[in-house]
Parts: sequence; structure tokens; C-alpha cells
Amino acid sequence: MIETRGLRKVYRTKKRRTVTTVDAVRGIDLTVAEGEIFGFLGPNGAGKTTTLRMLATLLTPDGGAAVIAGADLLANPREVRRRIGYVAQSGSTWDEVSAREELALQARMYGASKADAKQAADAAMDSFGLTSFGDRWCKTYSGGQRRKVDIALGVIHRPRVLFLDEPTTGLDPQSRVNLWDEVNRLRDEGMTIFITTHYLEEADQLCDRVAIIDQGTIVAEGTPAELKREVAGDVVSLVLNGSTMKAAEVLSGQPDIWVLEGQQTDSLRLRVESGSAAIQQIMRTLDNSNIELGAFELHRPSLDDVFLAKTGRSLRDA
Amino acid sequence: MTLAHDVWLVFQRQMLLMIRTPIWIAVAVIQPIIYLTLFAPMLKQALVSVGTPDTYAEAYLVYVPGLLVSISCFGGIFSGFGLLAELRAGVIERVRVTPVSRQALLLGRALREVVNMFFQAVLITLIALALGLRVPAADLLLAYLLFILLALMSVTVSYGIALLIRNEAALGPVYNVIAQPIMLIAGVLLPIAFAPLWLKRVADWNPFYWATSAMRALFADHLGQNVVWEGALVTVALTALGLAWSTNLFARSLR
Repeated sequence: MIETRGLRKVYRTKKRRTVTTVDAVRGIDLTVAEGEIFGFLGPNGAGKTTTLRMLATLLTPDGGAAVIAGADLLANPREVRRRIGYVAQSGSTWDEVSAREELALQARMYGASKADAKQAADAAMDSFGLTSFGDRWCKTYSGGQRRKVDIALGVIHRPRVLFLDEPTTGLDPQSRVNLWDEVNRLRDEGMTIFITTHYLEEADQLCDRVAIIDQGTIVAEGTPAELKREVAGDVVSLVLNGSTMKAAEVLSGQPDIWVLEGQQTDSLRLRVESGSAAIQQIMRTLDNSNIELGAFELHRPSLDDVFLAKTGRSLRDA
Repeated sequence: MTLAHDVWLVFQRQMLLMIRTPIWIAVAVIQPIIYLTLFAPMLKQALVSVGTPDTYAEAYLVYVPGLLVSISCFGGIFSGFGLLAELRAGVIERVRVTPVSRQALLLGRALREVVNMFFQAVLITLIALALGLRVPAADLLLAYLLFILLALMSVTVSYGIALLIRNEAALGPVYNVIAQPIMLIAGVLLPIAFAPLWLKRVADWNPFYWATSAMRALFADHLGQNVVWEGALVTVALTALGLAWSTNLFARSLR
């Protein structure tokens, strides 16, 4: 649905005749399948928004190629525009008009007749739950309401691909979860969704696949689960009643267990390939050796661990 | 989807926004009244000193056309502020991802400004007519046509400058530095006949001077005078240039 090859963007700033160039995006290859929620995760300034704006026809790439929903980005941006929706990071409504009026105008901008546009606006009001406030002027809306309207505007023409630029930035936790529901609903209707974010949880919980971008290049790509497995495996902590030495001995021979990371008088820390598989094996092995297990805890590595492994920095500090 | 359709959509929304901001309308109504009441009495006395009959009808014949040119310049030259504000607010970005014509996004806005200024122009002539101005209807319609072109020229030039500068803080001084000398030597307040020769030669390079001369000739029912077609020609040419320049700049810099 989205395919890019070597997509590049260079920013030039001129100051006293010296031209400084910043390679904002340095050759990005991406493939996003139909019906996927694809997350573009990275710190601020990594090139997320620049890439997104290139794909949404708002910036001209300096190199590379992209095909979006079957239309060529460089040769035919107008056709790309017909097939995609885009929701910017900042708001996009006028103050003194209502959401219903905005929706109808947006539909007409995509070529709908007056009657069709009105119908599309009414339908969007219902499906996005805007009816309770959508006839008031936009300047009276809350942050969460505004976001809903922005997204309803972005999909008024039923695009095949929707681009969302940091959609939940600045939202309270409840509005964030509501927005995730909305995104999932659109995906269930068949839309492909490309989303940028710097929230780990968002990439983790909302996205089917994630690309991690840092300093203009993609450093990792895959499903959140794959990425995390690739980096670290899972960590299992066991609380034992005394027989720690013996437990360490019997467990270290097991195939699913990679390393014994820590050993204290009554606890063990194991690094395993997959926590869920390893737990069963651990319990069976301990049971066979008559070792009593007090408690266990499973830690999954986060996407931050992935970022750390790939770039040497934590996403939270970057 | 045609350009006209897209322009109409943009224009409609802009008009709706203007109507919903009553302060706009209040200013648009009050301004012309201030212009007419505060300056015409002074001009009347000044003109008496060069032999013009001491009536408001005569003073308006000189002042109203000048005022129209002045409104077309000053009313339009600050339009770039609105454009930058909308760019900042993200409302332009939202419609830029639709297949709507880039030119229409700018043209629809320019037309809103022109309509606003035209409303003022009509208001001024109506008040002046009520106060004794006499001008043949055909001449007035031609003068309006010239006015609309002038207004469109200053709006598009203003947009072009705003797109080049992209900084609201710097924009005000730049507009003033451009508009003030242009207006001073356009003869809008006092006819350029009062000026010394060297200043007249400078004024020859000012398109608004040509426009003012044409406008005055039209109000005086001197349709056959050369200044009419000369002023019209200069205005048409520069309006076309301003339009082409700003729409291309907009389409190029914003893709």
C-alpha cells in the first residue's frame, strides 16, 4: 500500500552566504501492507514528520521514489492526494465554524457535490460521535474533541491510506485510548494507517508493525514483538525458598534458557528466549527436582530496549 | 474539478468567516465615513486656493477617486498577515492535502479581500453621492472595474511579499515602507499637480499615480483622455503580473 525506495530530504539554510545542509531523511526504504497500522517511532527531530510530510505530498523529496495506494508520489502527487488522508500534528480547523461545516467543506474539496458533502458530513458526525458538540463553533472544543474532528476531516473521502502525525500528543490518557479505538475501527474498515509517534506504548499497543527511525535512517523494523525478541529475549525472575543453588543448576541445562543473569540467596534472574514458553519449562523442571517456587515475574523488554540496542541511547533521553 | 469551482469553495468559506467576525464589518463601515468627514473639508479649502469652486461636489470629484485608490492599496497591502496566520494555524495545510488547486487556495482568499474593499468603495461613493458628488453611471462602473483590478493587485503583491518574508513581526514595517511612499506620490490626497517637477518625474514610475489619474478622469467624465487607457493598461498589466507571481510562489513554496 505504501512502498518507498531511498526517500531523501535535505534542508538547506542560508546564513551569511554559507549554506548549511541538514540531511533530515537519508534514504528510507519502507513497505507497508494493506490494512496495517504501521508505526513510525523515533525521538523528536529524527525525521518522522519530514518523512510523513513527503509521503503526504506536502514536501518534495530530494531523492528516491514512493508509490502510495498505487499512485506515484513524484510523478502524480494529485492522484496520491485523492487516495490518502492526512491529519497534521497541530489542529486544522477554523475557529468560527462548526465541525459539521468543516466536514462538508472538506468533502467538497475532494469533489463531492453539495448534497453528497452534506450526507458525508452527517455520516461522519455519527460515526465519530461528534453529534453532541459538532454544531458548535470549533473554538469551543476540548483537545480530545478537536482531535476527533481532525481525524474525521482526514477520512471524509474514505481514503485507502491515512497518515497521522503524532495524533495523541497532548491528549489526556482517556482521550488517547479513545483515539486508539478510533484508529482500530478505521483499520477494521480496511484502511491502511501510517502513524508517527514518540510514545513507546503507542507503538507497542496500537501498531501492527513498527519502524524505528533515528537521525534520518531506519534502524529497526518489524512487529513490536519481533523487535523486542530480536533484541533481548525476556527476563524471568524467580523467588525461591532456599534452594537457589540447586535451582540454578537444574535450570541452566534447559534449552530455552539462555543465561543466568543474577543469583541471590532466594531469587534467580534468567534471560530466556520467550517468557511464556520458558515459564512452563521452568515450573516443570523445578517441580521434577522438588524445588518450591515462591513467585515468578516476567519482564518483556520494551521498545526502548530495542532503541537502546540499536542506537546506544535511550529513546526517553534522545 | 475546475479552478473556478475550487476558487468558489475557498471564497465561500472565507466570506463565511468574515461575516462571523462582526468587528470586520464594523471597521469596514466606519473607515470610509472617517475618511470622508475628516479630510474632505480640508481638501475643499486647499482646492479653493488653486481656483476650484468652493463646493463639496468639486472637492469630492478630486477626493473620492483618490480615496478609492488609497483604499485599494492600503486595504490590500496588509492581506499577507491573514495568509501567514492561516498558514500557521494549519488550516491551509489541511486543504493542501486535498486535490484542490493550489492557485485556488490563494485566489479564493484574494477575492475575499477584494470584496471587502469593494464594499467600502461602494459605501464611500454612496455617501459622497448623497453629499453632492455627481458622476455618470457608466464612468462610475468603469472606475469600479479599475478599483477591483487595483485591489487584486495589492492583495496579490502583499501575498507574494508575505510568502517571501514569512515573518509576521517583520511584515508590518516592510508593508509600510512599500505602501507609504507609493501613496504619497500617487496624488491620492492632494493632486500631484501641487508637486514640483522632479517629484512628478518620480511619480511617473508609480503605477498608483497612473491609476489615480485614470480614476479622476473617469469621475470627471473625461473618458476620452489618454490617462484613462494608460492607467487601465498599467493596472491590467501589473495585476496580471502580481497574480502570476504570488500564485506561482504559493504553489511552488507550498507544493
